[in-house]
Amino acid sequence: MIPSAFKFYKPNSIEKAVSIMKDFGDEARVIAGGHSLIPVMKQRLTDIKHLIDLSAIKELKGINISGKSISIGAMTTQVELITNENLFKSAPVIREASLQIADPQVRNLGTIGGNVANGDPANDMPGLMQLLDATYKLSGTNGVREVKAREFYEAAYFTAREDDEILISISFDAPIGGYAYEKQKRKIGDYATAAAGVILNVDKGVCSSASIALTNLSDTPVYCYEAVGLLTGKKIDDNLLSQVTKSCVEQSDPVADQRGPVEFKKYVAGVVINKALKRAFERS
Amino acid sequence: MDDVKTPSSEERKSALSGLGTSRKRVEDARFTQGKGNYVDDIKLKGMLFGDFVRSPVAHAKIKKIDTTAALALPGVHAVLTAADLEPLGLHWMPTLAGDKQMVLADGKVLFQGQEVAFVVGDDRYAVSDGVALVEVEYDELPVVTDPFKAEMENAPVLREDIADQKEGAHGPRRHPNHIFTWESGDKEGTNKVLDEAEVVADEMVYYHRTHPCPLETCGCVASMDKVNGKLTVWGTFQAPHAVRTVASLISSIPEHNIRIISPDIGGGFGNKVGVYPGYVCAIVASIVTGVPIKWVEDRMDNLMATAFARDYWMHGKISATKEGKITGLWCHTTADHGAFDACADPTKFPAGFMNICTGSYDIPVAYLAVDGVYTNKAPGGVAYRCSFRVTEASYFIERMIEVLALKLGMDSAELRSKNFIKKEQFPYTSALGWEYDSGDYHKAWDKALEAVNYKKLREDQAKQLELFKSGKSRKLIGIGLSHFTEIVGAGPVKNCDILGLGMFDACEIRIHPTGSAIARLGTISQGQGHATTFAQILASEIGIPASDITLEEGDTDTAPYGLGTYGSRSTPVAGAATAMAGRKIRAKAQMIAAYLLEVHDDDLEWDVDRFVVKGAPDKFKTMKEIAFASYNQAIPGVEPGLEAVSYYDPPNMTYPNGAYICVMEIDVDTGVSEIKKVYALDDCGTRINPMIIEGQVHGGLTEALAISMGQEIAYDEQGNVMTGTLMDFFVPTAWETPNYETDFTETPSPHHPIGAKGVGESPNVGGVSAFSNAVHDAFKPFGLTQAHMPHDHWRVWKIAKDLGLHN
Ligand SMILES: Cc1cc2nc3c(=O)[nH]c(=O)nc-3n(C[C@H](O)[C@H](O)[C@H](O)COP(=O)(O)OP(=O)(O)OC[C@H]3O[C@@H](n4cnc5c(N)ncnc54)[C@H](O)[C@@H]3O)c2cc1C
Repeated sequence: MIPSAFKFYKPNSIEKAVSIMKDFGDEARVIAGGHSLIPVMKQRLTDIKHLIDLSAIKELKGINISGKSISIGAMTTQVELITNENLFKSAPVIREASLQIADPQVRNLGTIGGNVANGDPANDMPGLMQLLDATYKLSGTNGVREVKAREFYEAAYFTAREDDEILISISFDAPIGGYAYEKQKRKIGDYATAAAGVILNVDKGVCSSASIALTNLSDTPVYCYEAVGLLTGKKIDDNLLSQVTKSCVEQSDPVADQRGPVEFKKYVAGVVINKALKRAFERS
Repeated sequence: MDDVKTPSSEERKSALSGLGTSRKRVEDARFTQGKGNYVDDIKLKGMLFGDFVRSPVAHAKIKKIDTTAALALPGVHAVLTAADLEPLGLHWMPTLAGDKQMVLADGKVLFQGQEVAFVVGDDRYAVSDGVALVEVEYDELPVVTDPFKAEMENAPVLREDIADQKEGAHGPRRHPNHIFTWESGDKEGTNKVLDEAEVVADEMVYYHRTHPCPLETCGCVASMDKVNGKLTVWGTFQAPHAVRTVASLISSIPEHNIRIISPDIGGGFGNKVGVYPGYVCAIVASIVTGVPIKWVEDRMDNLMATAFARDYWMHGKISATKEGKITGLWCHTTADHGAFDACADPTKFPAGFMNICTGSYDIPVAYLAVDGVYTNKAPGGVAYRCSFRVTEASYFIERMIEVLALKLGMDSAELRSKNFIKKEQFPYTSALGWEYDSGDYHKAWDKALEAVNYKKLREDQAKQLELFKSGKSRKLIGIGLSHFTEIVGAGPVKNCDILGLGMFDACEIRIHPTGSAIARLGTISQGQGHATTFAQILASEIGIPASDITLEEGDTDTAPYGLGTYGSRSTPVAGAATAMAGRKIRAKAQMIAAYLLEVHDDDLEWDVDRFVVKGAPDKFKTMKEIAFASYNQAIPGVEPGLEAVSYYDPPNMTYPNGAYICVMEIDVDTGVSEIKKVYALDDCGTRINPMIIEGQVHGGLTEALAISMGQEIAYDEQGNVMTGTLMDFFVPTAWETPNYETDFTETPSPHHPIGAKGVGESPNVGGVSAFSNAVHDAFKPFGLTQAHMPHDHWRVWKIAKDLGLHN
């Protein structure tokens, strides 16, 4: 479990980081908290010759909240997301989801940027960002551009990010309504068997707007467009929530692993989604 | 002196911190400060590092190994393959089970992760790069992972080296992939009873493959000193003396020129009993290069290749009268031993003490047959925190009892009670030939049922079932019962040996002039706290405070010969040796005291820490005084000094037992279970240190929880290990670990000098059945008879699904 040799860089600006990435193309990789990257390097599943540590770039850190808009620097750690009281007031679903990621040791180092840029369908934050309809800001040789989280993920480990681009920040509007992030896992430190995030805005029993996203139930995070369509404008009752759940499950496409076969995962997805819907409704 | 009040016997006794005291662990000062000294902490001058090229496939011929590129890499010094070891006769090595095992792949590989080449270099980094550059061409062969397919007519032959051998180490072989058939008991008698029985329950019970997974993986540092010809090996050895003898036998280095040292060991659980290719390669590499070589596995190596546990398919039949009196037990086990039979069992027991499978019950007639087979899986078959195959046996009988109770429509607590061996039947000879030394099973069982309020538990369970049936809840409650009997403390030399070495153990004591002492033993602690507890045994025997006694183990140049620590043998065997050596010290001390007090030996009596003249309580000599006298007085007929050594050959095994109860709540939709209660009553005979016992029980229960609820070594059909990291191999953290309630009864072993039986492994043995039975019990109302472990979420979900509980 020793990685192959690499050169280590610690630039103090985005420009410098981008220029190193430009020089070495797909032989270069940025490292944030390292809690997804280092395990694959140690198993030599990936061969990285140039490793660029982003931790000295100040602009990549911090949580900015102004009015409804929230912007989070890519290098903000998961523990910072959990402990930031203002963020909790504006978007409590982030704390609820982050507390279900790994364990405190991982969360002390793991970053939001690394979590969403990684492209691993098992990561929780890509699903969370679908839920919040977040926008990712990327900086590369050709300048800065924005990509919607719901358009970022192409397949497992394939994203819209170009090889020379760095994720700078993530922004979204403070969600309104009830929320829930529900996850089933085998133990502390495990990725989801199935997880779902729900935001429900309810007015006199009628759903005025909604968002539903799934984690680790397909090779990308799943945003449940159809289910959201089913919900919006309807009076919420158990029956409707069951239909919505069913629609979400239909959109899922999990793979079998040690957590269990597909059939099991789809069933549990249904349970998890339904629980999230109910909790969000209660909180709305 | 006269006006100073002599402390009372009680006061002096408590100052000793002897037997029965919850003395704090003396080891913890260094462990909790990160000051332990483990193998990987050892750094010698000029030391190189070695690591393996491992097979990525489970079964293949090796067409070619090209080491050129690796050898060309700066920092790489050597690459060993089987071809290099062959001239030394070390490309294969004997296993503990009478088989042989490839040290490095000799023409073929038989399991994923098998050692193919050993790369030696400056450090781990250079070696890892070197490993990646060794090119091996594999010609893949069909793979067998299912032990029942191994013996099919056209199954691929795994062990071509012995394909034609009709006779193995344990009798005839009927198929190239068959290792042995081992039988115990009365076959005809059992069949007859089963044929005529009023009730017979018939079930296949699988105890899946898992792994001890100690925190510290296996490793060693081998150092051949070419000047004096002495080989020193520091290693993670649970049996350092046996390793020395084996190393001498296979290397032809004279035994006095080999020194084996087990430094601090970070957990063993059976994983560190065997001899592994890494040890052999490190030794050879040190001989070849003339410098010390370190080899330390990483977690994936350890899980994939080093000593699995269990993997027994146990087909059972149990018969009874309609009233629930058990009349007979039959068991056929298919034992998946992997690619080489490297099980760590006493020589005469190829399936360990599996024939303890009559458990705690008075079963008149029984028969057991075990067939060992080869598959394309890693070798091992170690006793993971249990005496040899005892947890398999215990799980088997505790499942069979449950299955029988179902058949009889009887509460399984009552069925157990009806069939326990009675107190007055001890010593009890079981149908499969073991002589149980002592026990009071009814007392323990009744105490346990009362402690948990069993009747109330059943009522609560019934209420929850009603809620479930009426659609108000999706949760069920299961109550898991288990009464186990272990057989530990191997063992009597007459029937227990490993590679011909009798399984006695030893203790040597030296009392220093000022009245403190050092004791050395043939065992080696891996976290059990020997330095704490053995000093307590001795404190009570010789009247020197435990804190004045140093305890040393693990260096074969200084410690007396012993067979090491596993199978809960340290207390029953080395603990007995310690008491016996202490008694020799006391006997000599008595002579010295008699001389000093000018009385006859028989006029003295022992009082906690001194010899007192009978009827004259103010005339005495303390052990401290006697110790000094032994060094400075010329006593006629008595040698100077105060030392003793005892080699203890136990007359019998000990039979710890206990009653465990678990209450579990299960969500039928998600398969998630929540442990509501775990009650563990242990009877380990005399209790040396209640706090250490409690700690051992907590640890063992946590392993039992892991094993029953999720921990496994899983293979796919191509023989790929699916659980090679701690992401998929379940090791509970504090989060998953429930609260434990511990309790005890105390039935001393009649043949052990202090009556102690051993406890370290009991909770693993008893716990697995309790947890697994709870899962089964929850689904009992819906007709579940048997569902194999581990009971992870999806398998529990599958039970519910198959029972039609998912609408
Ligand atoms: C035991 C364990 C359990 C875990 N459990 C969970 C879990 O339950 N849920 C979960 O979501 N995660 C889990 N993780 C992953 C953890 O949250 C990681 O920290 C996270 O996935 C990656 O964040 P990081 O900062 O560590 O990124 P790194 O590992 O440093 O990087 C991950 C990838 O993202 C790229 N990257 C990082 N930052 C940027 C950037 N700014 N721009 C472009 N690319 C970038 C890297 O090049 C790399 O390819 C677990 C990890 C461990 C070790």
